Amino acid sequence: MIVPLSDAVAEHVHDGDVVALEGFTHLIPSAAGHELIRQERRDLTLVRMTPDVVYDQLIGMGCARKLVFSWGGNPGVGSLHRLRDAVEKGWPQPLELEEHSHAGMAAAYAAGAANLPFGVLRGYRGGDLPARTRVATVVCPFTGEELAAVPAHRPDVGVIHAQQADRRGNVQLWGIAGVQKETVLASKRSIVTVEEIVDELEPRPDAVVLPAWVISAVCVAPRGAHPSYAAGYYDRDNEFYVAWDTVSRDRETFLAWMQRHVLDTADVDGYHASLVAEETTAA
Amino acid sequence: MSMNGDRPYTADEMMAVEASRRLTDDNVCFVGIGLPSLAANLARRTHAPGCTLVYESGTIGSKPARLPLSIGDGELAETADAVVSVPEMFAYWLQGRRIDVGFLGAAQIDRHGNLNSTVIGPYDAPSVRLPGGGGAPEIALGVDDVFVMLRQSKRTFVDELDFTTSLGDNVRVVVTDLGILEPRPSEDGTVELTLTSVHPGASADEARAATGWDLRVADDLAETEPPTENELTALRALETKGRS
Repeated sequence: MIVPLSDAVAEHVHDGDVVALEGFTHLIPSAAGHELIRQERRDLTLVRMTPDVVYDQLIGMGCARKLVFSWGGNPGVGSLHRLRDAVEKGWPQPLELEEHSHAGMAAAYAAGAANLPFGVLRGYRGGDLPARTRVATVVCPFTGEELAAVPAHRPDVGVIHAQQADRRGNVQLWGIAGVQKETVLASKRSIVTVEEIVDELEPRPDAVVLPAWVISAVCVAPRGAHPSYAAGYYDRDNEFYVAWDTVSRDRETFLAWMQRHVLDTADVDGYHASLVAEETTAA
Repeated sequence: MSMNGDRPYTADEMMAVEASRRLTDDNVCFVGIGLPSLAANLARRTHAPGCTLVYESGTIGSKPARLPLSIGDGELAETADAVVSVPEMFAYWLQGRRIDVGFLGAAQIDRHGNLNSTVIGPYDAPSVRLPGGGGAPEIALGVDDVFVMLRQSKRTFVDELDFTTSLGDNVRVVVTDLGILEPRPSEDGTVELTLTSVHPGASADEARAATGWDLRVADDLAETEPPTENELTALRALETKGRS
């Protein structure tokens, strides 16, 4: 149940899988994304409402064949340059897009968690997106109203980051909870990285609790959500998001950065040590 | 930020102040990051302290002391009346029509208030892949009043969108750095965005020159009230806190 992250990724994530690493601005599972890169997973279909830095890294390192998403950018900064390079220039390989709205993605996850074939919503009305994505119309059997239907998300693997797990692998996260509960419950297998293991989970207001028996593997990854934040543990690294704009703009700079901080490090502790080392050199 | 001629405020400040004035104490407002967040928080600190701010990350009734840097800042959750999941936000609160005002931005806007935040160029081979619609398609149709904040230029105010991300049906006002555009019917009955006010120092000609279609100008064209001392003080307090 509680295993090293490298073992969890080796066992549960295979080439060609549909993988959703979710986190809505908070608790983004970056350490798990880095492990996918170290283990050179290929041909993944990556699912995420808000692909940001760690998806830019996965795409730039050639892990992804397809992206299912609703907003792909560097929040508060601008573009994701590796995502753009893949879509606009096919580097390092072409990236197929399946694009939705936030409401559509959320409905698709909720439907997956509920074991339904599709999610239903008032959405995708007008505009050019419906012709470019997987959406259909269903008619309400009671009123005749036409509604949008989106196919349920049923990822092979759901990956999230949480604050705590207990020794049996029950997980608790709190603060902005995004779509993480639905991601785990919609997925065939799931990996949860946590800030720490505690003896007992202390009940908290607005917390999401996931029992051990819906999770495939729990892995300890302290500061594993960097550069996003973990409420109660550390703040968002806003400077990193700004710096990423420069690092990711150029292919060679990007590759060198990934080599130094991800490929040449063994785990999340090594990643953070390499960031500190870089700061010390620069100072 | 550049200064606005010899006026003691910037173009961004004029935009934030003018947008904030349109919010009332009773509004429940869906807020994005950047200028919309500045405008909505300014309203709460001036004439509309009861205005409820909702961020799509799931925070309802946020009362941030400093400007948030992302829509999911911890500050927004810590100061909220309630924090809900993202599926709940879009299903129960937005689709449930509990939110009456929504702010949107975009890379392109047309004369009907339709917005593009998806691609520049063809969808399959874009010259610029933009971040995408995010919450915009359903916000545009799920609130009563959409407020758009956009700097005016021919590149942004276009005759024809490269891609229609969200519909302009509920767009009530577009606040730009030059003035205010509102949907108005013309003699031939068609409704389109019309220049109804220019900010101090700007002119209708300037606004026309920064628009990619033949911009209609209202007969009763007004001049926007400049920011008051009180508004500027409140605005700058928010910005200063945001930077610390």
